[in-house]
Amino acid sequence: MTLDMELALQTFFEESNELLSDMERILLDVEMDATTPEQLNALFRAMHTIKGSAGLFALDDVVRFTHQVENALDHLRDGSLQLDEELAGLLLRCHDHVKTLLDALAAKEALPVDAGLPLLEELSARLNHGAAPQPSAEPAPAEAAAPSPAEARASAWLISLRLGPDVLRNGMDPASFIRYLHTMGRIERIEAISVKLPAGAAFDPESNYLRLELIFAGEVEIGALWDAFEFAREDSRIHIWPLDEAPAHLAELSGEVDAAEAAALQAVWQRFGLPDATAPAIEAVAAPAAVETAAAVTPRAESGKAVHAEARQPKPPESKFIKVEAGKLDSLINLIGELVIAGAAANLMARRADQTPLVEATLAISSLIEQIRAGTLSMRMIQIGEIFNRFPRVVRDVSRELGKDIQLTISGADTELDKSMVDKLGDPLMHIVRNAIDHGIEDTAQRRAAGKPDTGTIWLNAYHESGSVVIEVADDGGGLRRDRILAKAVERNLVPADATLSDQEIFKLIFEPGFSTAEQVTNLSGRGVGMDVVRKSIEQLRGSVDIDSEPQLGSTFRIRLPLTLAIIDGFLVQNGDATFVVPLEAVIECIELPPAQQQEGTHDCLNLRGEILPLLHLSTFFELGAAPGKRQNVVVVRFGDSKAGLVVDELLGEYQTVIKPLGSLFRHLKAISGSTILGTGEVALILDIPSLIHYATRKESERYSPDGEAGRRSRTGSPS
Amino acid sequence: MGALNLRKHDQEPVAEAVAEIGQYLTFQLAGETFAIGILAIKEILEYVPLTQVPLMPDFIRGVMNLRGAVVPVIDLALRFGHAPTEAGRRTCIVIIEIELEGQQRHIGILVDAVHEVLAIADSDIEPPPQLGGGIRVDFIAGMARVDDRFVVLLHVDKVLSATEISLLAEQGEIALEASTDAPQDQNKLADTISGRTQ
Repeated sequence: MTLDMELALQTFFEESNELLSDMERILLDVEMDATTPEQLNALFRAMHTIKGSAGLFALDDVVRFTHQVENALDHLRDGSLQLDEELAGLLLRCHDHVKTLLDALAAKEALPVDAGLPLLEELSARLNHGAAPQPSAEPAPAEAAAPSPAEARASAWLISLRLGPDVLRNGMDPASFIRYLHTMGRIERIEAISVKLPAGAAFDPESNYLRLELIFAGEVEIGALWDAFEFAREDSRIHIWPLDEAPAHLAELSGEVDAAEAAALQAVWQRFGLPDATAPAIEAVAAPAAVETAAAVTPRAESGKAVHAEARQPKPPESKFIKVEAGKLDSLINLIGELVIAGAAANLMARRADQTPLVEATLAISSLIEQIRAGTLSMRMIQIGEIFNRFPRVVRDVSRELGKDIQLTISGADTELDKSMVDKLGDPLMHIVRNAIDHGIEDTAQRRAAGKPDTGTIWLNAYHESGSVVIEVADDGGGLRRDRILAKAVERNLVPADATLSDQEIFKLIFEPGFSTAEQVTNLSGRGVGMDVVRKSIEQLRGSVDIDSEPQLGSTFRIRLPLTLAIIDGFLVQNGDATFVVPLEAVIECIELPPAQQQEGTHDCLNLRGEILPLLHLSTFFELGAAPGKRQNVVVVRFGDSKAGLVVDELLGEYQTVIKPLGSLFRHLKAISGSTILGTGEVALILDIPSLIHYATRKESERYSPDGEAGRRSRTGSPS
Repeated sequence: MGALNLRKHDQEPVAEAVAEIGQYLTFQLAGETFAIGILAIKEILEYVPLTQVPLMPDFIRGVMNLRGAVVPVIDLALRFGHAPTEAGRRTCIVIIEIELEGQQRHIGILVDAVHEVLAIADSDIEPPPQLGGGIRVDFIAGMARVDDRFVVLLHVDKVLSATEISLLAEQGEIALEASTDAPQDQNKLADTISGRTQ
């Protein structure tokens, strides 16, 4: 049981964190635009759900704080309070506090409850101020959906709680509902009806047999009461009436249950001091008294079907995601990989046995397996938006701190990336963005002088390119100061004074460890603080960082990451026995190599519709030692802005490729970015087109340099 | 897959474990018998055609699919400076589990034939000789006396040292640039590699 609680608590933390990030996002949105009722509702719901769940776990400190915030949000929702920038800021801080509370709980540390007190004071000050024109006694308009808003408020309620038998098994303790109710008001009377309690062996300790009748006193809306039971509503019968209307419903209530329970129920109600309304009930039922929110489907108990209808109530949307341990998914993916291979083997046997129906059956199976595999693989992928989402807040906070006016534009947030990668990308990105805000964007005066708009812009962009993921952080600030970086580098002996370096090389100097020290921060406006850490973390992900920068126009940091476990669409080509995968993004077209061109040699060129296309013979280049096929084909690939043709024997077509890293042994192998396992179980290598071409170019240039001449001689001549 | 059953050597009664007894898998490689402690061995597989990885030193014969994982396979004969192993009927791939950079990794080694698992008492193991081992001294963990002949116990961590192999791969890349497709060159390269630290 304790373990289950731990698990449930874990879920609670995760759920709350999601809700909190939703809340943060909305609050940040709200600052820019006018608020919509949906946004306010979502804000309210976030706080409310956290409060509700915290109540279930008896986390009183969290409940107390969130209750106040929820209160404020409720006022926002009903329009008695206006959301302005200041309030949004306050709410953001409240959000932070809830987060701190939850983090502390998760880490089993003491709760920094006191830190919330000033926030609460501020909130209540805002509330009193904002709500002043509306006397609080006046009933606030209830949710628009409520059918009878006038009666949505009362000071005393009768609550009839018939929680489903499975409530305990579902991890809910009826007592926690009562405890939660207690936070909203006073429970005057409570009685349990236990006629259902079976005797002896029939008693199942995990089932709930109790029915609770209680009188609750508190100035709350009926909706709030209903919300308290939100989690149990599904398989329970819950009735809430204002106390003075309750007797009218007794007959109805009694009709739902068997005689023994009805008798007990009446006895309890009598003890509660409610008049026995069985007789006059008819009249009362006819009155428009049903105080129910539209959302709360009150069991009317017309027939047994009503219960089923309730059971089908849609769950709240937070169940859209399931958290799965990454390891489980990995082993599933491996198993499916095995399945693919086993399926291919079965297919081969069926073919050999020449049994057409069997072949067809195996083909159907393998197409299903393929679908399963694709689905499982995509589970590991998450959208990069998950990290991008935290940046609006960062930009907002840091830019305010510095008194700069900066807007953030995010694009490509739906670019998918392996989960493990996304987790590790957060910090380096944060560093780059902070740097861009701090040192990239100039202050308003400078911007005006440079003829730029007052508002600086930072762009976050992500996209897939040639089998890698590119993440760009760009700003329209002053750009890197080339001469200053160079001067500092020379001063620190990082480069010789007479070195001629390209812009790229100079910009990369800011990644040198210790390039920025305190005295340089003032000189160099600090760009480069901790940049070595950024480079290190990106390199750990087997990625690279490039910088483009134009004076006065801004700079762009471009992070290029391999897809490690990501799936790419590949293009299979064959050379002799070896199969290679070319990332499909890199492929432009495929053409047949004209027979006249089929000569030996590592490099030559092809006239592609008037363009010169350099050719790279894969077999020769990779020393595969296979005789070239009769017909050869050229795969035209793109890298950056240029094109090249790979000469291969056969084109095998597209293939969904799971990238398997080759491991540390092949770390230095530049032209190959990974491997994949084909349906036959064979391993195929994935070509890294940019590095392949780069490597080939290097070899080419060495070949014609004096050193390369020696190399060539030793190749053709006999080794001594 | 065709994992061979590891047969216990039945000459030594297990009950007589006075001295520390280790179990070793013996195998044939370029006409010599070598042994590796069985704790490092994950499984033994029949030879399957490998996917050659270009631009790598020759002793890395390629990669194979081990139930969904891509595992590099090393030709120990080339690593020791002998002629490359020819795939035959008894050729096996022994999958070794070693720790590389804090992670458990699998590496396959290509051997001519797998013999048996021997229980060898520590007292029967001599320190590696300074000369005449036929391979680099630091590859040898010890010389075991079995039936009046000597079996070379390999130091798996050294033989499959990732740092060294990837360093060689880097050099190999340069070396390969100079020696495109001359098969006799390969031995020479392997010689220089294995002889480099002798």
